[in-house]
Amino acid sequence: MSALLEVEGLRTHFFTRAGVVKAVDDVSLSLERGRVLGLVGESGSGKSVTGYSLMGLVDAPGRIVSGAIRLEGEDLVALGGEAWRKLRGNRVSMIFQDPMMTLNPVLRIDTQMVEAVLAHHAVSRAAALDRCREALVRVGIASPDERLRAYPHQFSGGMRQRVAIAIALVNRPALVIADEPTTALDVTIQGQILFEMQKLCRETGAGLIWITHDLSVVAGLADEVCVMYAGRIVESGPVDEILDRPLHPYTRGLLDSIPSRNVPGRPLAQIPGMTPSLLALDAGCAFRERCARAREDCRAAPAPTRPAASRTLRCVHPLA
Amino acid sequence: MSAAAPPLMELRRVSKRFGERAGMADRLAQALGARAPAGPVRALDDVSLSVGAREVVGLVGESGCGKSTLGRIVARVIDPTEGERYWKGEPYARYESREARPERLAVQMIFQDPFASLNPRMRVADIVGEAPVVHGLVPRADRDAYVAEILGRVGMDASLLRRFPHQFSGGQRSRIGIARALAVRPAFLVCDEAVAALDVSIQAQVLNLFIRLREELGLAYLFISHDLGVIRHVSDRVVVMYLGRIVESAATAELYARPNHPYTEALVMEVPRIDARRRRYVPIRGEIPSPIAPPPGCHFHPRCPKAFARCRDEAPRLREVAPGHLSACHLNDERSP
Repeated sequence: MSALLEVEGLRTHFFTRAGVVKAVDDVSLSLERGRVLGLVGESGSGKSVTGYSLMGLVDAPGRIVSGAIRLEGEDLVALGGEAWRKLRGNRVSMIFQDPMMTLNPVLRIDTQMVEAVLAHHAVSRAAALDRCREALVRVGIASPDERLRAYPHQFSGGMRQRVAIAIALVNRPALVIADEPTTALDVTIQGQILFEMQKLCRETGAGLIWITHDLSVVAGLADEVCVMYAGRIVESGPVDEILDRPLHPYTRGLLDSIPSRNVPGRPLAQIPGMTPSLLALDAGCAFRERCARAREDCRAAPAPTRPAASRTLRCVHPLA
Repeated sequence: MSAAAPPLMELRRVSKRFGERAGMADRLAQALGARAPAGPVRALDDVSLSVGAREVVGLVGESGCGKSTLGRIVARVIDPTEGERYWKGEPYARYESREARPERLAVQMIFQDPFASLNPRMRVADIVGEAPVVHGLVPRADRDAYVAEILGRVGMDASLLRRFPHQFSGGQRSRIGIARALAVRPAFLVCDEAVAALDVSIQAQVLNLFIRLREELGLAYLFISHDLGVIRHVSDRVVVMYLGRIVESAATAELYARPNHPYTEALVMEVPRIDARRRRYVPIRGEIPSPIAPPPGCHFHPRCPKAFARCRDEAPRLREVAPGHLSACHLNDERSP
């Protein structure tokens, strides 16, 4: 059986007046059923655009320039817009960062949820409501009947995000893409959401791509992790190996700058400089300006290598 | 801190309620038959806190717990409804005179959003230089040299003086915000989620700046954050708030090693950590209640796995459970009679 999702050489570029922004530049990844993939990077690393590309949600001036996105063996890029629209909210769905923006403030929850079901299935409204109720219970919302008749403003932030997750899951998608869904939430509420998502993946066998800037969340949730920097995946592999034995200097730098890995009160290990502008990138390693190991040959495009069967790496001078 | 010298800043039994007196619009609406509002928001409820010279106190809590209100009261941005504030052992009111201005300037605030807290139409030289000139710390003619010196302190180049905020990245804007606070030579900074908006690698740079400034200038901080990792790294002492009350306070190492209050315990457990792999999340139940109608007794009891009858009726008081370790939980009475 083929993998649930296979992405090969994906390039999403934005053609702006200031120049071509290579937001996603040659990204390849794969995901099995029931597994969680953490896509980690800082602002501007291209992690969200990767997510939008997988959903076919890239708007002008951006477009997918090349590459293949195969969902259960079927290439979505070749499929085109209309067929992709039929998949969205059905076999693939997305959870966004801000639940206030995802939910329509003037429609009741039942209207918004039933719409998602009826858009893809020819069932009665009553049957659709049953599915909605079931989805709400699955994400840990008690008394779903009462909640269905409420408006988004009557919910707390955590509750709204649960509703957004329930809408994403109502058609039992094979692939869920979550773009920083817990970043805006409090710690105890984040814990609840992570718990529900973990449970849902195990139970339904859906594949989950969790986009985040927070390596600690990935550590607790993901099976595999891809680290992105300036549009490229610089390192990927099983979560334990990447976090315990990072080979790319950027991954190492990110891990070292987490406060809990440093001695309290002592200066944190820090990565110098800042993320480069995606407009001014050349073919070479984008991290070389900030990297202590950079040499002259880092100016050439770093070819992806396989340091182990399960890992990929883009670095000419990796850590031992 | 020694018993002889008073703390740098002290709050005694401070409470803050918002919306207690109905505004003009509310009174008009009620005269026309609208229902009275649900009652005041109890942002702070009988909070006492002190910060010593050169001490870093971390303040953690979730949204709506009153941590930002507390920071604003300390920084004189707003006044408390009840309770007293002391600076170097004297009430804040003693510092209202013109001569006491340097003491008033000694408390400065650093805000969360480095995009919203800088005036987009002012140049860096004006943003950082305005206050010291207005307060007479620096003659107008020396302003640019002074601003350049301050920028150097926060690791920025003097050549950026003429730039506008939009020409900087988030990390640089944070540094400008810090430079603005430092420009009036403070002794105490209230940092309200000062690194929350930054990426991990930039956050580390700004935290390092805070640590270095403290050593160089002998500053004290009230460091407000929802991030327990950040708080653990920078603080000498940690204060945990829940729904307007302090539930626990202790030296940093003590608090993380031996959390006493069930809420602190949950917070410490709940934080995702890099060394906790594919863990099974055991979430704490329920939502954070509204500060308009906080639950009776201990505010945490509806979510607490260890709550019993007394927690519903009686608010627990902060008391010492170990030297320097305060906690407000009835379970401590059960454990030791």
